[in-house]
Amino acid sequence: MATATDSRRPASKGEKVADWADGRLGIYGLAKANMRKIFPDHWSFMLGEICLYSFIIIILTGVYLTLFFKPSMAELVYDGSYGPMNGIHMTEAYASTLDISFDVRGGLLVRQIHHWAALIFIAAMAVHMMRVFFTGAFRKPREINWLFGFLLLVLGCIAGFTGYSLPDDLLSGTGVRFMQGAIMGMPLVGTYLAMFLYGGEFPGDDVIPRFFSIHVLLVPGIMLGLLVAHLILVFYHKHTQFAGPGRTNKNVVGMPLLPVYMAKAGGFFFLVFGVITVIAGAVTINPIWVLGPYRPDQVSTGAQPDWYMGWTEGMIRMMPGWEWVIPTGHTINFGVFIPLMVVGVIPIAIALYPFFESWLTGDKREHHIADRPRNVPTRTAFGVAWLSWVFMCMIGGGNDLWATHLHLSINSITWFVRIGFFVVPPIVFWITRRICLGLQRRDRDKVLHGRESGIIKRLPHGEFIEVHEPLAQEEMHTLTAHEQYRPLEAGPKVDENGVVRKQGVVERVRTKLSKNYFGDAGQIPKPTAEEYREVTSGHGHH
Amino acid sequence: MKKLSVRRRHPLAALVVLLIALAATGGLYATFAPADKAKAEESSAQSLAIDEGKKLYQVGCASCHGTGGQGSSDGPSLVGVGAAAVDFQVGTGRMPLQQPGAQAPKKPVAYSQTEIDQLAAYVASLGPGPAQPNKSDYDPAGGDAARGGDLFRTNCAQCHNFIGKGGALTHGKFAPDLGGVTPKHMYEAMETGPQNMPVFPESLLKQKDKQDIIAWLDTVNSDKAEEPGGYGLGGLGPVSEGLFAWVIGLVLLIGVACWVAAHTAKARKS
Amino acid sequence: MSSEHLPSEADHGPAGQVAVADHEDPFKDPGLPPHEPRKQDIDERSAKRSERTVALLFTISMLATIGFIASFVAFPVDKMAYVWPLGHVSILHLMLGLTLGIALFCIGAGAVHWARTLMSDVEIADERHDIEADAETRAKVFADFKQGAEESGFGRRKLLRNTLFGALTLLPLSGIVLLRDLGPLPEDKLRHTLWGKGKRLINENTEEPLRPEDITLGSLAFAMPEGLKKDDHDFNVEIAKAALMLVRIHPDDIKDKKSLDWGHDGILAFSKICTHVGCPVSLYEQQTHHVLCPCHQSTFDLADGAKVIFGPAGHALPQLKIHVNDDGYLEALGDFAEPVGPSFWERG
Repeated sequence: MATATDSRRPASKGEKVADWADGRLGIYGLAKANMRKIFPDHWSFMLGEICLYSFIIIILTGVYLTLFFKPSMAELVYDGSYGPMNGIHMTEAYASTLDISFDVRGGLLVRQIHHWAALIFIAAMAVHMMRVFFTGAFRKPREINWLFGFLLLVLGCIAGFTGYSLPDDLLSGTGVRFMQGAIMGMPLVGTYLAMFLYGGEFPGDDVIPRFFSIHVLLVPGIMLGLLVAHLILVFYHKHTQFAGPGRTNKNVVGMPLLPVYMAKAGGFFFLVFGVITVIAGAVTINPIWVLGPYRPDQVSTGAQPDWYMGWTEGMIRMMPGWEWVIPTGHTINFGVFIPLMVVGVIPIAIALYPFFESWLTGDKREHHIADRPRNVPTRTAFGVAWLSWVFMCMIGGGNDLWATHLHLSINSITWFVRIGFFVVPPIVFWITRRICLGLQRRDRDKVLHGRESGIIKRLPHGEFIEVHEPLAQEEMHTLTAHEQYRPLEAGPKVDENGVVRKQGVVERVRTKLSKNYFGDAGQIPKPTAEEYREVTSGHGHH
Repeated sequence: MKKLSVRRRHPLAALVVLLIALAATGGLYATFAPADKAKAEESSAQSLAIDEGKKLYQVGCASCHGTGGQGSSDGPSLVGVGAAAVDFQVGTGRMPLQQPGAQAPKKPVAYSQTEIDQLAAYVASLGPGPAQPNKSDYDPAGGDAARGGDLFRTNCAQCHNFIGKGGALTHGKFAPDLGGVTPKHMYEAMETGPQNMPVFPESLLKQKDKQDIIAWLDTVNSDKAEEPGGYGLGGLGPVSEGLFAWVIGLVLLIGVACWVAAHTAKARKS
Repeated sequence: MSSEHLPSEADHGPAGQVAVADHEDPFKDPGLPPHEPRKQDIDERSAKRSERTVALLFTISMLATIGFIASFVAFPVDKMAYVWPLGHVSILHLMLGLTLGIALFCIGAGAVHWARTLMSDVEIADERHDIEADAETRAKVFADFKQGAEESGFGRRKLLRNTLFGALTLLPLSGIVLLRDLGPLPEDKLRHTLWGKGKRLINENTEEPLRPEDITLGSLAFAMPEGLKKDDHDFNVEIAKAALMLVRIHPDDIKDKKSLDWGHDGILAFSKICTHVGCPVSLYEQQTHHVLCPCHQSTFDLADGAKVIFGPAGHALPQLKIHVNDDGYLEALGDFAEPVGPSFWERG
């Protein structure tokens, strides 16, 4: 124990405490590796922190809310501080939410912080995920962390949906009803699942307490575990960085955790908390007191889920009314079943994308330099097309509000979305890829010919030219640091022995996709040293 | 009494009885005559209003609704719609219609209240229909907002939203925002079912029920409506909340993130 | 300018390697630029100014926290006040939010300003190390594993292995069986509602039995079955299936003759529960006789047997057969002929 501090002076009090802890926890080993860990500076690297902090805020406020909330569907007649609900039949869940809002001082603030933080949490996760996607930060060795992040997003939506349902107001109850209807629409098992989840017929007495334990225990418990694993992997892999002078695939350049990032990240927590608190103090969210308690025969127009469920809502709204009775005498409600399938399949496709791309490139190396989105046009175009698709669904999910606010027909909007669902993503894909290629071309020109200086010069023979300034070495390096894959080529039709080679379907698809990603249509070749020398050596120097 | 019974056969007795009867009749007449006279005056005022209303009608309404309110291909019959319907349609500016569309929107009112009453009187004279309500029928102060809220959610919220912010119907039609609609017009709308709105007659929704609904709207969707949690984002629910979370919330936080991550200005400008 | 700079590669091998930089590469990495000092690094007055700013921010935070406590004590929970541009808001709620928000924000702003202006901003490069272990470690791990596996006899003693797998596979069944009592089986619960022969139609608003003359042309009424009370314990479960919507359409306008027959003199009674996922559909347009669902916009034509004319619902709203009894009240002639609400697998 004493051996570590026997050098010159006796250990100070703080050192003694640290020694005590190290003797039991081995903290020095951890601290040695992490205390001066380097984090690169970039605003987009802070998006994950917004998620982390809003999650912490949600847990803190959520624990407070459980002190007052009663997850019970026992009925009572309200007689409390909020006059416009007096004498109304409601469940204890709804009544206790009214109490939190009107009797507990600060309860309304905490409730609104909780809800605003939840909306921002999921929005930040979505943006964080886009950042990771568009910069290729999901590539080896980070595929598993991508999966953890993906699961966190899915679980965040589940936590959000169950939380939205708890107050048992007319809006949330409509959502719970929708869920019951959707479950009933599942072939074979639908009615059984619905009966088991709701403890009998809708609405029953069980769904709120059950959602409560899912919302406060099951889902956040799993999320907490995933979150810790996610962060450990971020530490272990070290952060990605953008290309630049001195920044290679083998290092990470930035500021140390102690002190700079301790202060910046720690401070950012308070900043996020502060911004959300001010929003929660100034702007109402989910005013359950005017929504009324849930009754299965009452409803309001504008019944929507929170934003992150908007795309599923849109898909449901745009479905045509298809329902088949199959020859066995059973009914398939496609109006529910197809969206349910899409909602299941699309996220899985997103989750597996990193594995798809590594299969396509066959690249087994580690990647720590973040791509600029323009340098991988096909991936970027996929991402933006996907976003446009989600956006179309979102428009569909809010079709009634667009109709009233833009004075349009709800039927026209629905038809627009039905068509746009199929047509918009390919168009967006094509446009995005063109823009990326254009930007790549501009980078190429900048490297080869320098930056346009805006100075016009007249040559002796009368021609006007714009003087181009050569780029600084740093910039030239940055603009050419990315790698470019070559498209796979279909192997020879016959092998060296003259036997016809069989090329499997998978292999052909892979070749075709590779050509799309990395062929002439997929990227602009970056300038080579030879080209640069040729251009700068004199002739045709404009 | 004996005296009277003795004298009843007196030759003048008949005359006395006649005089007494006459006096009594005169007295009765004196007692009741003013009422009759007022009635006569009122009915003449009413017929004056109907006449005035008819004139206004011929100028402003007859081209669509027909010269006798019988309706035409351009407008429905007004026989039996009642004064309440006229007061609502003209009083909210919906009539006269400016241009045909999915539905007649609220506009600046074209007539004075007196003229509206005259028009109402004329249309009411075409056939029996709901009359204009009295203030005591619709005064929100006399209603129970909590009970009204429950009725509103059963009968109205499906089209008009939780707090009457309005909503979409099919093919460009819509249920309007009820903020700023006068209690009288709300009452008349329920009573008469303008355009595609269903009718809620007394048999289905009693006067007290209507008054309670008006009290609820007065509490949650008026100038003095309380929004304890802060700015209400239009009362439109999760769509506007989601937009706000992205456009203000997340953008603010990303702005803060840019500041946190940016490098501090160097002493030497390069 | 084709691809001479790209790494050569085998046909199906890994595509692409780092371009080999020759020593004359014009694009070569110049290395980390030298650190440039900030104003605060070279000017003590500037540093002092930053220090004062940070201290001020922390002080504001302290004041805001005191303000929070003062607001909590001072403002009653039900006091409303008009605050531009927010509206009539709870003054306690607003003050708590603002003070707490400022207290939090200023701590963060102070810490970040401190880090940005007063802590060293020299960029440091940290080496990365391969995540993959070296060959020696790999070999040791596999050898250890093999040894452990052999010592266990897992591969050799197949009977042990197979029975263990069997036991582990069966065990979770207990957990699944335990879930059985989460709810009852569906049986025919979804096929019946409270409606039945002779049940009068009760107006939901007035809670009085409805007569045909109550329902005028163009009106919309909501009814529940006689005997159901709003304070019944199972009211929500029952009304979720039994909710009824009544309209009166001029008999000449009713296109579906069966529908006309099932009503009384143009009064038609339809289930209020959407056949898509079960929202109450009741956005009734009295001129078009269309009813719209506010959740997903399924549109039903009540003049034509409540047939679906738009949106995701798959079948018409079920109609309840009604007539007028001897006392002049509307009453049901039986239950709905088909299950109400969202369709399901066994619906048929």
